[in-house]
Amino acid sequence: MTETSPTTGPLFPRDRFWHPPAYTPGYKTSMTRAPSRPLVATSSTLSEETGPAFGRDMLGERDNNLILNFTGQPAIGERIIVHGRVLDQSGRPVPNVLIEIWQANAGGRYRHQKDGYLAPLDPNFGGCGRTISDDQGRYEFLTVRPGAYPWPNGTNDWRPMHIHFSVFGSGFGQRLITQMYFEGDPLIPRCPIVRTIPSQEAIDSLVAPLDMNGGIPMDALAYKFDIVLRGRRQTMFENRLEGL
Amino acid sequence: MVQKLDNLMESPSQTAGPYVHIGCTPNFLGNAGIYPVDLGASAIREGAKGEIITITGHVRDGSGMIMRDAMIESWQPDAEGLFPSANETRGKADPNVLGWCRFAADFDSGDWTLRTVKPGPVPHIQGMMAPHISLWIVARGINIGLQTRIYFEDEAEANARCPILNRIEHRARVNTLLAKKTGDGTYRFDIVLQGEDETVFFDL
Ligand SMILES: [Fe+2]
Repeated sequence: MTETSPTTGPLFPRDRFWHPPAYTPGYKTSMTRAPSRPLVATSSTLSEETGPAFGRDMLGERDNNLILNFTGQPAIGERIIVHGRVLDQSGRPVPNVLIEIWQANAGGRYRHQKDGYLAPLDPNFGGCGRTISDDQGRYEFLTVRPGAYPWPNGTNDWRPMHIHFSVFGSGFGQRLITQMYFEGDPLIPRCPIVRTIPSQEAIDSLVAPLDMNGGIPMDALAYKFDIVLRGRRQTMFENRLEGL
Repeated sequence: MVQKLDNLMESPSQTAGPYVHIGCTPNFLGNAGIYPVDLGASAIREGAKGEIITITGHVRDGSGMIMRDAMIESWQPDAEGLFPSANETRGKADPNVLGWCRFAADFDSGDWTLRTVKPGPVPHIQGMMAPHISLWIVARGINIGLQTRIYFEDEAEANARCPILNRIEHRARVNTLLAKKTGDGTYRFDIVLQGEDETVFFDL
């Protein structure tokens, strides 16, 4: 059995050149929502190294099945399986962590009072799901492929097909929200939100490949999406101040 | 050439966007029927030991607009400073303190409210951290979740010794992290993302 991610120890510092910076004029809303002062940076403390845990007993039977979890009647759209693993930066599986997703329906419309896009709501699609990674860090959702949709930013900006992911680690400082994109979508390189990410390599790490062996013949295609959380230092020289 | 490190890069963050409520607080949004209750609806259960407090605030952006689309998560220890976490090694936390809470700004007023116990101090290798509640803030326009902390203005002595507050070079800015007492057990804590009185945000 693979060694799983340690649950104690200081967190690896975040690489702020890898993540999108706060201020990204191509994504207009960020301009007034970006702190202008530097972040106060120091090593993680117990407040970031501990965090909430969620038990499988809180999950409903259909929580990870977005096709059926709203009304019990199937949602419209291309059936897809989205699966992968939660790993830490040392490559070790992160078991037993909560993963929540939300997305637009097959037409690109969200079930939200703030979304007024022309595409209709699907009466059988709520658009959210959740699951908990297994002892090997694996997770799986059944859903429909979300549609692309236009959004007010530039005159003609469209979001590529995407699924929003919210992921917990064993420490609150590992908390992450990101988005999964689909291999081959020509809207990816045109998207101002994607382009808040500085490097192509980092963007590529959010693009899920089509996984023909992960799907079910005559039923559903699959996309594989691994998520990497901040790692933890495991040196035995930790937590001692020299000279004290 | 040198040997390769085994490290992976963290998945890059992307904004939670305007529709974060669909995934995180569907019942609050009005999308009932998927989950019986929203996760993190309360930080405590009845019977939690310590002083029960209510903190109210809003999140304001750099144009002075109160944000109606922010979502916040909080994490804290119990009144003794013990975390209700599987990896808490110092002892067993109060079973009625859940520690983690999730709350969205009200769609009309923009106010959020956190009802919890006042946390105890927590050790750090450089001394005791003053009582504080960690916050993580996401919204449309925020590319990576913002980390800040609620400290308490009525903990002046502990605050003065807190190794994390003491990292803040511009001392006047410490004030942006202090919840202001507005009554018996009630506090106000407004968060300013940008501009004058900008809240201190951390990279921890
Ligand atoms: Fe979206």
